[in-house]
Amino acid sequence: MTDFAHKTWSRAISRAILMIYDTQHPIYGPARRRQQPVMRQVAIIGIGKTAFGSFPDLDLRSLAVEASQACLADANVSPTQVEAFHLGNFAGPAFVGQNHLAPYIAGAMGITGVPATRFEAACASGGSAFYHAVMSVAAGIQDLVLVTGVEKMTSQPTAKVAEILAGAGDMSGEGRAGATFPALFAMIARRHMYQYGTTREHLAAVAVKNHANGAMNPQAHMRKAITMAQALAGKPIAEPLSVFDCSLISDGAAAVMLAPLERAAEFTNKAVRILGIAQTSDYVALDCKTDITAFRAVRDAGAKAYKMAKVKAADIQFAELHDCFTIAEIIACEDLGFVEKGKGGPYALSGETSLTGSRPINTSGGLKAKGHPVGATGVAQLCDITLQIRGEAGERQIERHSLGLAQNLGGSGATAVVTILGAQ
Amino acid sequence: MTKGVIYTETVVHAAPEHLLAEAPYQLAIITIDENDSDHAGNRLTVRIDGDRVVIGDKVEFLEDRDNVPFYKKLA
Repeated sequence: MTDFAHKTWSRAISRAILMIYDTQHPIYGPARRRQQPVMRQVAIIGIGKTAFGSFPDLDLRSLAVEASQACLADANVSPTQVEAFHLGNFAGPAFVGQNHLAPYIAGAMGITGVPATRFEAACASGGSAFYHAVMSVAAGIQDLVLVTGVEKMTSQPTAKVAEILAGAGDMSGEGRAGATFPALFAMIARRHMYQYGTTREHLAAVAVKNHANGAMNPQAHMRKAITMAQALAGKPIAEPLSVFDCSLISDGAAAVMLAPLERAAEFTNKAVRILGIAQTSDYVALDCKTDITAFRAVRDAGAKAYKMAKVKAADIQFAELHDCFTIAEIIACEDLGFVEKGKGGPYALSGETSLTGSRPINTSGGLKAKGHPVGATGVAQLCDITLQIRGEAGERQIERHSLGLAQNLGGSGATAVVTILGAQ
Repeated sequence: MTKGVIYTETVVHAAPEHLLAEAPYQLAIITIDENDSDHAGNRLTVRIDGDRVVIGDKVEFLEDRDNVPFYKKLA
């Protein structure tokens, strides 16, 4: 190389380097000036739950307080140490006629002087309250955040409950036309059956498995195993879904305590790490979606959570999936990449998702058998994953339990929260 | 929006409070017919009057009742 060529090249290279690092450069500058956020690692340092079921003697606040206090005790945190209270609740105002729920519940525990806020995202209210709490702790705004989810549903007659739940859909269109939530998921199931050959037996297999798991969960609403024949002979709710394809109308509450991972050891020696988390959204009305056999919000949230956790779908050892209806668990397995699109039905029937299978799903009994107090569900899923990771799931304890995933779905797919939890 | 094809459907047995008297009823999402230039390909949630329909059936607009579009199967 001649001296001249050498000089030209080194000048060109140094100019290129300067250009990339120049914070005032017209093209590269803005990206250089933007500070990369420093996210803290976040851990779950305590969990607490009420039993799920029909409790005529317990009001909404009593349930929320019971779960929260159990959680505070588990985390060795006193109410005065709590720096923020996040409440997941879907329809307290409609179900029990009480608004301003977060400070109403926090105050009953002596938690005052902190942000106390209710998060509403239909059946993903709990997951959303949790997501925003994790963001707060990760960003360094608060250290100790209590997240509680609660719903009190059984004080209303079933038709009224169906009416209130329909409000998670588009009331100006599908709701007005008579689409209950079972009806929306029935239409999803019909289309999935049409496109992929999914059968009634595939749906029923989800119910049979989740009831078997729920029978072993002392806090489950429905502690009763069912047979395939029973599941197939259920009373129709919205065809092709029968009563055994639908989750339960339940009362209940669940809570988790968050702290930065670096402080977790001050409180507990069994902290569980939040490795990845994402919340995403999509259209509310089912008829606005191009393909109703998949939930785009779940796919997006799953992809983001996997990326953040630096894991792949194949690495996930067990999961709590949002089985509000049996078809929803089948589609979640596809959306999260556990199986190929369209193969969720045969996967449900294969036994791979049972307690002794290669990837147990809904070891708690799921929404189907554990119960589905709407606002509590997203938080309860995290309690159940934590319980497995800690090795405290008793009769339901699975062997491989160091990496679990929770998927919480709002409405017919307008909100999704996916969280990946791991052992320390 | 006079004609469409059934994209999916269900027969609702457990109705919400305001429709208890009408259950069981058929609900469907239809894809508006390609010959309807303004809305071709759009989807709409509708009620089905008369004969039950399945995916792929052609339907036509019948009437609006309380702002709910009712469609019926094309003979």
